[in-house]
Amino acid sequence: MNKKQKRMLVRIIISSVFMVVLSQLKIEDIWGGWLRFGLYMVPYIIMGYDILRKAVKGIINGQVFDENFLMAVATIGAIGLGEYSEGVAVMLFYQIGEFFQSYAVGKSRRNISQLMDIRPDYANIEVDGKLTQVDPDEVEVGTIIIVQPGEKVPIDGIVREGTSSLNTAALTGESLPRDVTVGDEIVSGAINMTGVLKIETTKEFGESTVSKILDLVENASSRKSKSEDFITKFARIYTPAVCCGAVALALIPPAAQFIMGNDPQWTLWIYRALTFLVASCPCALVISIPLSFFAGIGGASQQGVLVKGSNYLEALSQVKYVVFDKTGTLTRGVFEVTGIHHSPMEEEKLLEYAALAESASSHPISKSLRAAYGGEIDRSRVTDIQEISGNGVIAKVDGIEVAAGNDKLMKRLNIEYTDCHSVGTIIHMAVDGKYAGHIVISDVLKETAKQTMAELKKAGVTKTVMLTGDTERVAAYVAKDLGIDQYYSELLPGDKVDKVEELLETKPAKAKLAFVGDGINDAPVLSRADVGIAMGALGSDAAIEAADVVLMDDDPLKISKAIKISRKCLGIVYQNIYFAIGVKLLTLVLVATGTVGMWMAIFADVGVMVLAVINAIRALFVKKL
Amino acid sequence: MKKTYKIDVDCANCASKMEQAAKNTQGVKDATVNFMTLKMIVDFDEGAEPKAVMDQVYKNCKKVEDECEIFYK
Repeated sequence: MNKKQKRMLVRIIISSVFMVVLSQLKIEDIWGGWLRFGLYMVPYIIMGYDILRKAVKGIINGQVFDENFLMAVATIGAIGLGEYSEGVAVMLFYQIGEFFQSYAVGKSRRNISQLMDIRPDYANIEVDGKLTQVDPDEVEVGTIIIVQPGEKVPIDGIVREGTSSLNTAALTGESLPRDVTVGDEIVSGAINMTGVLKIETTKEFGESTVSKILDLVENASSRKSKSEDFITKFARIYTPAVCCGAVALALIPPAAQFIMGNDPQWTLWIYRALTFLVASCPCALVISIPLSFFAGIGGASQQGVLVKGSNYLEALSQVKYVVFDKTGTLTRGVFEVTGIHHSPMEEEKLLEYAALAESASSHPISKSLRAAYGGEIDRSRVTDIQEISGNGVIAKVDGIEVAAGNDKLMKRLNIEYTDCHSVGTIIHMAVDGKYAGHIVISDVLKETAKQTMAELKKAGVTKTVMLTGDTERVAAYVAKDLGIDQYYSELLPGDKVDKVEELLETKPAKAKLAFVGDGINDAPVLSRADVGIAMGALGSDAAIEAADVVLMDDDPLKISKAIKISRKCLGIVYQNIYFAIGVKLLTLVLVATGTVGMWMAIFADVGVMVLAVINAIRALFVKKL
Repeated sequence: MKKTYKIDVDCANCASKMEQAAKNTQGVKDATVNFMTLKMIVDFDEGAEPKAVMDQVYKNCKKVEDECEIFYK
């Protein structure tokens, strides 16, 4: 509790006690009732002096229809009608409500900020052999900083000394530790778990990952969603409308009674009109909607899903079409040897020949061959290398002629080869002029890719589409294997934008389209889609810049998770909107018909607000979605 | 030019009133008040002097919500 809240609590307690005592006392109407009036004025002034002052200031500044004005009019009105305890109680309840709201909001604001607390407070540098803590802002690029076990990495850099495991859970939601050693790039915000690390910084603090993420998340709720805009507009017409309603309630029924020759019952109707005003405060709505979004964005960021704004969270919840870029999102984008067929010699031996023959090449394929072989490459065993572009390589390994390449190479050498039915890049091998089988190299699907498609369907996505620059055969195979509804293959980067635009035109108006890419050279598509999702963005500034939703690690399951989080959050938003407006309208009707009095009206107001705030906080809990 | 200021305000409705007041101030192209993070982001018109504009923004906000604070000095 802060100072203001403590003071308010004291005021609430004093006046409550006063009220209880007054209600027990039998006060005679001495001095013409002025004693009773005076006694009730004490808790009233204690409770309401600031409201009254604000109401007066509001009128002076031309702000007539605000809640302070409503409260002042209602309570003074009640007192004027002789309902002293009613007037004081209403002021008391109103202030209790306000107090609770400010407390709950402050509390949740702190809770949520704590969740996102990845901001490092200091950096260690060595000065004259001693560790000194400095402000991370003051560390220049290229400085060696020291991170001890248990500390946060404050600035992005490269490990120069030491090995350790890093906990990146706060950044990615991934609890598996990441091992780092000398030469590895390291991102700020991760927690060093085991060893002491010396890190050469490569960025300033302000440019480091942790600062960027914090900045993004903190500003996310500033981009307002349609629901929030609706509430703002609603509140703007609502208050004057309610005031007019109250005036009508105070004038029309008694006037009608009077014309019909009955007793106009002015007191009764004015009292009802005042109650109507009290019951009308739109607080629950106005507070709970932004709070829900804030909590939803906070909960998502804890899971490694950064949403750049409430509007994107809202759009995400309406996603029906999900378009994937294949490489880097569904597949790892790393080529691996997935099969060796028809080889007359040991597979290892064949791989060794292939790796050695390709040892001079920097092509991704030769890299994956070397990785599959795994052993040390002794370049001196390889002689007479000739690369035949578009065909492959012919080289002598240990004096034996080895040819590695595609079918064109085999034809060129007049060697009979066996075709392969597997999907991927096929490397035919010939050793010493004889066919020695082929090696299949393909991009490996991510383990969770298939599960992701199933989860997306469960989350209500109606169509999944894959875009790829890869061949028709590969695309068809992947799409079938994963259960993707539609695919477009052999696309150039520019074609992807066209395809997304085509899909945008054909989709139903209310459905939103999300595009998922790895953030590398698909910025135009990311920005064209309703929601652009970039994956594996940890350490990639370009992806963070271009996308609306950023998945910190590269697990595609996070896509369905992000959609579920957004659905839950928006579900809560709508519950609150319907609940708050519903109860409010019901209360207003009951007040107008005289079924409930001022007490009940204010109680409904506070109660709705409490429930709405508690409901909003639920948006924070998204771990098990 | 955009600038972010820390603010202090008690209720969400007051925050949206402040936002409206800031938006209607001369020299402000657009303004957003984020009640949850207690920040005001002001997008100034080209050539406007932020300090002078903020003085006016502060005055206008005080008019609609007496108990608000903008830390811009």
